Amino acid sequence: MAVKILTEHINEPGINTFEVYRKKGGYTAVEKALKKMTPEEIVEEVKKSGVRGRGGAGFPMGMKWSFLAKPEGVPRYLVCNADESEPGTFKDHYLMREIPHLLIEGMIVSSYALGANKSFIYVRGELMYVVKILEKAIEEAKAAGFLGKNILGSGYDLELVVQPGGGAYICGEETALLESLEGKRGNPRNKPPFPAVKGLYQSPTVVNNVESISNTPWIINNGGEAYAALGIGRSTGTKLISASGHINKPGVYEIPLGISVEDFIYADEWCGGIRPGHHLKAVVAGGSSVPILPANLILNLANGDKRLMTYESLSDGGFATGTMLGSGGFIVMDETTCIVRNTWTFARFYHHESCGQCSPCREGTGWMDKVLERIENGKGNMRDIDLLVDVAKKIEGNTICPLGDAAAWPVAAAIRHFRDEFEWHVTHPHEATKPGAVYPGAMELV
Amino acid sequence: MENTAPQLFKITFDGIEIEVPPGTTIMQAARKIAEADATKSHLAPPAMCYYEPLKGSGGKCRACLVKVTAGSAKDPRPMPKLVPSCITTVQDGMVVENTTNEAVLETRRGIVEFLLINHPLDCPICDQAGECHLQDFAFEHGRVSTRYEEERRTFEKQDIGPYIQLHMTRCVLCYRCVFTADQITNKRVHGVLNRGDHAEISTYIEKAIDNDFSGNVIDVCPVGALTDKTYRFKNRVWFTKPVEAHCDCEKCSGNVTLWYRGDEVIRVTARKNEWGEVKEFICNTCRFERKKTSDWVIEGPTTVSRHSVIMANKYRADLKKPDFGLKVAAAQYKQIDDSRPFVTDNNTIRELSKENNAKANQRSLAENN
Repeated sequence: MAVKILTEHINEPGINTFEVYRKKGGYTAVEKALKKMTPEEIVEEVKKSGVRGRGGAGFPMGMKWSFLAKPEGVPRYLVCNADESEPGTFKDHYLMREIPHLLIEGMIVSSYALGANKSFIYVRGELMYVVKILEKAIEEAKAAGFLGKNILGSGYDLELVVQPGGGAYICGEETALLESLEGKRGNPRNKPPFPAVKGLYQSPTVVNNVESISNTPWIINNGGEAYAALGIGRSTGTKLISASGHINKPGVYEIPLGISVEDFIYADEWCGGIRPGHHLKAVVAGGSSVPILPANLILNLANGDKRLMTYESLSDGGFATGTMLGSGGFIVMDETTCIVRNTWTFARFYHHESCGQCSPCREGTGWMDKVLERIENGKGNMRDIDLLVDVAKKIEGNTICPLGDAAAWPVAAAIRHFRDEFEWHVTHPHEATKPGAVYPGAMELV
Repeated sequence: MENTAPQLFKITFDGIEIEVPPGTTIMQAARKIAEADATKSHLAPPAMCYYEPLKGSGGKCRACLVKVTAGSAKDPRPMPKLVPSCITTVQDGMVVENTTNEAVLETRRGIVEFLLINHPLDCPICDQAGECHLQDFAFEHGRVSTRYEEERRTFEKQDIGPYIQLHMTRCVLCYRCVFTADQITNKRVHGVLNRGDHAEISTYIEKAIDNDFSGNVIDVCPVGALTDKTYRFKNRVWFTKPVEAHCDCEKCSGNVTLWYRGDEVIRVTARKNEWGEVKEFICNTCRFERKKTSDWVIEGPTTVSRHSVIMANKYRADLKKPDFGLKVAAAQYKQIDDSRPFVTDNNTIRELSKENNAKANQRSLAENN
């Protein structure tokens, strides 16, 4: 059985209460950190662990922490990004609902390491019941003396605030999140300055994902080197994968980074294979915004080696033959899935969620949505397919925040790998628009 | 320690070297080049949202994206993405490509296309036509046709207060008016509602903008989304004659531009610099209520920049001679004389016409003889 860092005790009855969590070894990291370690030592351990941001970008967390500006007399903030809204990703929701104290414990040690006396957890607006769970956990931790003034007699104070958002996808982008937290419209800011220099209320701020922060108690208890020993190369530790789609056992899995994609899809320990009588057609490996890959490319690299569940292996070959680990939203599709319809669904989502601040994303996402709607409904022409590629290219890299890229990549990748299917929609509109129509063309199915 | 005296950063913009103080943006450096030499004015990147007098503006329209091929002398690596020149500050030794980079020009064509897909293209009935930044931007950087075939999103027109009309369909969401309402007026009742291509400028729940400087949102608007109700449909801007004037105003500086049609003042606006930016914001009394010549002390004609539509032949494309039909027209087709001086000053016109008349008289005399 693989090492579980986050989900070891998650099936323990009553783990969402302070007593059970404490009994299972909870809050020992707070005791160790505040009594025996300096903030610099904690940052050093996190750096050594090599843990990378679990929100999608995969930026090394220790490095992010060490970039935090520390001017005199200015408060610093830690903000936990719990605005998980990527279609296909539901790991943070699961973690906060089942084991809220893990996040609280992580927030305490991380805030101590960064010297923040007020920290925020920004929760997606749709998850109001999770806000209540977290607030209850904070009350319990406060009653036990792990939060508030002079924690465990160390002289360190911390106030933890849970803030529900308004339910906008864009507020998962860190600077839009900070704007929203300040009570403004959630528009992403221009960078630089980065949040590490001017973040929340113009003060240095670190924004980390729920899963990233939840890793810190284990790192403090067991040391950064023990964490780095898990995984392969620069992909250290474990990763929560939200598996969904046409698999036998959808759900949230904590995998050691480095298992093969094939194992993950077909092994009984994980997804348990494609539903009976069907075959794998395509996989979106890291949430809706990463490029979709056809079966042969997701299982194997371009050179024929097995593709592994790591940051490096999934992005091997660039976007021509690769994708990204992203936030770990693993969407599996069998041969009954219409790629055009799927792409349209994603495009519609980004059209709906674009903040409207910068022109390529505001206008381009709507344009792609409308063209894809036409193709899906049998009213497209061949010119539209090249048009989509060109619009995606014009959006990508030209926007303020990564939402533009996230909207452009899935469309560009779907056409790159499944152009035949798009063309079939144009040339056979009658067949393609029938309910439950399945693309009959030659496809590599596994 | 390095020398703390103010040192200048040397940057190369489209092959032209210029020294600017640290903290200057690429856009400001490019404008400096353009201001120093009028023949290089086309080098300054276009700006739809950036507005120097407004703090925090810029970075949104992406019209001014440029390629930085060397970040600085210390770190000469190119920047991976195109950067918005209006908010990117220069580094010593930076090399920037604007009109010399095909990727930049191609992206700009894309931005024009994006900005126009939901634009009504109602220039023939739009009051802004002739002084519209989007028109200029599309003319200079866009394609002739669009590839957009879908339905355009539209909004109802709204009256915001007695003087201003908002026509959201034309808006490019530059946020300039939002910044104006925030920064030069006391009460903030102006903002953006909704998101994506359905985002709209709004006074919160249609509350009228009610303060003495609200009219300035008309001047900062790069397109015809915010128009002056006292001027709507009165005239086309290229038929009007701008004259600088001032008055003793207790609220603002009183320095304005009057726009004449014949003897009638049909519009009052703030004075703008050659980048279309307001020099001094003016109050609503000056803008909307002082529409008689007797209200003002006339200073003289406004210097009309080469970029203005009032300047002759502004929108002359390289016309192709018609190759079939209209043979008469083709025969009569003559290149328009570009060298003709443009004047707004009545005295000069009188002098010129005197000269012309004298010449004509001589010619007819010679013919008769």
